[in-house]
Amino acid sequence: MGNGSSGVMVQANPLSEFRLGNPDAFEALFRLHRRAVYGWILRIVRNPAAAEDVTIETFWRIYQARARFEPTRDFEPWARRIATHAALDWLRAQKPEAELTAECLEIQSSAPTADPGVTAEIRLKTAQAFSRLPPRLSIAAILVLVEELPHKQVAHALGISAPAVKLRVFRALRLLRKDLQRQGITP
Amino acid sequence: MKTNEDDRIQHLLKQALPPVDAATGPERDLWPALLRRLDSQPAPHAGWVWFDGALLAGLVAFAALFPASIPVFLFYL
Repeated sequence: MGNGSSGVMVQANPLSEFRLGNPDAFEALFRLHRRAVYGWILRIVRNPAAAEDVTIETFWRIYQARARFEPTRDFEPWARRIATHAALDWLRAQKPEAELTAECLEIQSSAPTADPGVTAEIRLKTAQAFSRLPPRLSIAAILVLVEELPHKQVAHALGISAPAVKLRVFRALRLLRKDLQRQGITP
Repeated sequence: MKTNEDDRIQHLLKQALPPVDAATGPERDLWPALLRRLDSQPAPHAGWVWFDGALLAGLVAFAALFPASIPVFLFYL
């Protein structure tokens, strides 16, 4: 790789140059898209430090997969798909409910639209139930139900069809309902 | 089709996991760390290809022996 000079100069089409392995083109793409990729990953992993690590992993995978990139297509949706799978791998590596209590308490206290009708205990139990979902369901649920992103966008990021996204959200809701009921919460 | 229960669960989820501010970028410059990663870690080798092939062959054989299991697999994919 290059030395990471701050003044990146890429003469030709940066996407074609990136595909050919030009380090300057890759750095230019990284600096152009890092914020969007990081933001997308943060929506999934919901942990800034982890989002940074997964962003690095994502761009590493992007560089490794550069030969498969088609320069006539948009870079960002392709990067988003790789980011989604990197985030999914990170979710799979996490232990369910790991460090959830402290995180949840922090999130609750900073929630700008906190509903006083939903107690801290219910929020915690809901977060714990969510953490027990299979990652492939939780990722669809978080993007559709919490982030309220269009099914089509989520489908493209996951590499599945929009009906498959709806099915995963449906199954996530069903599992959450059962889990909450088991904990004594009737939605 | 979403029910009132589903809407309620969605509301609970939003309360437990409020939407993040995705507009904020990373707090540090990730480029040096990415460079270190690119310089130090080689691409994954093809040592798992045989395992992938064996797994695929096993799945195909299972599906051929028990065709009724195919819809179940598709449902859980």
